[in-house]
Amino acid sequence: MTDLTTSELIIDIPDRPSGQPLNLSVEPGQVWGVLGPNGVGKTTLLHTLAGLRQPRDGQVLLDEQPVTRMKRKQLARHLGLVFQDRQDGFPATVLETALIGRHPWMMPWQMETQADVDLAEQALEALDVIHLRDRLVHTLSGGERQRVAIATLMTQAPGLWLLDEPTNHLDLHHQVATMGLLTGQAAAGHTIFMCLHDLNLAARWCDHLLLLYPGGEACWGPSQSMLVPAALEQLYGQKLVTVEADGAPVFVPAR
Amino acid sequence: MPLSSTLRPLIVLALISVVAMVISVSIGSSAMELGQTLAVLTGGGTELQQTLILDLRLPRTLSAFATGGLLAVAGALMQVLLRNPLADPYVLGLSGGAAVGALLAMLAGVAGIVVSGSAFAGAMLATLLVFGLAHGTGSWTPSRLLLTGVVVASGWGALITLILAMTPASRLPGMLYWLMGDLSHAGTPAPALIILVLVCLLVFPLGRSLNVLARGPMQAAALGVSVRPLEWLIYLLASILTATAVTMAGSVGFVGLVVPHMLRLVLGNDQRLILPACALAGGGLLVLADALARVVIAPEQLPVGVITALVGVPTFLYLLYRSR
Repeated sequence: MTDLTTSELIIDIPDRPSGQPLNLSVEPGQVWGVLGPNGVGKTTLLHTLAGLRQPRDGQVLLDEQPVTRMKRKQLARHLGLVFQDRQDGFPATVLETALIGRHPWMMPWQMETQADVDLAEQALEALDVIHLRDRLVHTLSGGERQRVAIATLMTQAPGLWLLDEPTNHLDLHHQVATMGLLTGQAAAGHTIFMCLHDLNLAARWCDHLLLLYPGGEACWGPSQSMLVPAALEQLYGQKLVTVEADGAPVFVPAR
Repeated sequence: MPLSSTLRPLIVLALISVVAMVISVSIGSSAMELGQTLAVLTGGGTELQQTLILDLRLPRTLSAFATGGLLAVAGALMQVLLRNPLADPYVLGLSGGAAVGALLAMLAGVAGIVVSGSAFAGAMLATLLVFGLAHGTGSWTPSRLLLTGVVVASGWGALITLILAMTPASRLPGMLYWLMGDLSHAGTPAPALIILVLVCLLVFPLGRSLNVLARGPMQAAALGVSVRPLEWLIYLLASILTATAVTMAGSVGFVGLVVPHMLRLVLGNDQRLILPACALAGGGLLVLADALARVVIAPEQLPVGVITALVGVPTFLYLLYRSR
């Protein structure tokens, strides 16, 4: 169980005024979506939450400990991050890539056990890439690699999942399957916190939203109260048409 | 990966290395039957044979093994550190610094241990210079480190040419042999072998962290690796390994670049397997190359670097052509 809170957090984006400090409280079982236009700092926020970047001001607390003071290995047992882009370095198979997720749980001299392999295979199964098990990652399509990256996070099995555009490159079916998997993980007691570009995926699957505006303002809260067409139009600088479909609001950009 | 599948290739490589060493001590200006060689190695044989093998050929063979192992491990480490498949132990200008040190000592007319010491000092100076400059005022990235190294290396190259131009013709052959890698002045192999074994024992527990680091520093940090200390450690280790090898045998090319790649093509990319495999395969390869260098134009000897390049280049190109 991992509680994530930020106190007076201001992320550090060079040459930009500080804007409004964030005081988030993210609890297990919640699915958070971060929305905002390009360059607003969604990725920087995720990296700051993961302790990979120093904030300009304020703190990120994981179970009341500042993340910047925690040991990286300890931190990696509590939170994991799916990056927007990946380096492949040297060729590796899909299974080897997923197994990397066990790293924070193993002592330096330990080799992966059958239990670790089983965990990795379950994750590959859940992301529908088990049939690619022995393929080299760099030979896969963008969407397949994205699913392998999420499977690696699932193998890491942290309490808090940070994901930078997890539905990037995914086809429609796998977008829905992935969002279903993530909300399922939240229901099982994990915390999901992700940046999204697709307003409608956020509206449909996230129970909390954080809107980051270009000027540095921000607002956050339960999805119902955040999905106000006027606020979203201001967020993207884009007129929207709202329709009701499948029991949820759907936002379509107006011409 | 279970331990047994890690051990099997290592055992095979170790056997190959032992065979290479037995071959290496058997051949030379007075060749010996395999049975005689084994007899000497187990304590028998005539006094002449004992001197020939135990005092002359065995130290040189062990030096070749240590040099090859050191260079191959250093190459594998540099490739992970710089996340660049073209990286080799010399890419950051280490051999240039060592060469300038060694050639200056030779130009001054000294020999033996002073040349070695001077080469080691040059290599470590080159390491510190590149690292300090690449660090600069900002952060160091692999591409910045690589560029700094390449530029500093060309600076060393110019100095080497300058020294060669100023050297009287009678001293030139010794210098050229040193520059191409030559084991005939290697000295006692014990320190290098000890360093090789120690580093292999040290990097084995680091292997998985290196696997993670190969996927980029951000991903590694997110998976619990303390990236900066690990990078410093690899850089320092690779530098010490290279400096030790260069000090013993001059700049032997291609082992550090080719051996890790050959092994990766066959064994995959798990550094826990690749690093010890590099030590064995690099060592075995250089032992065979040195044996060839001694017999090809006997009684004259070729610089071993010529052999490693002539054998290494086509083998590597073939493996690359065949690879997935």
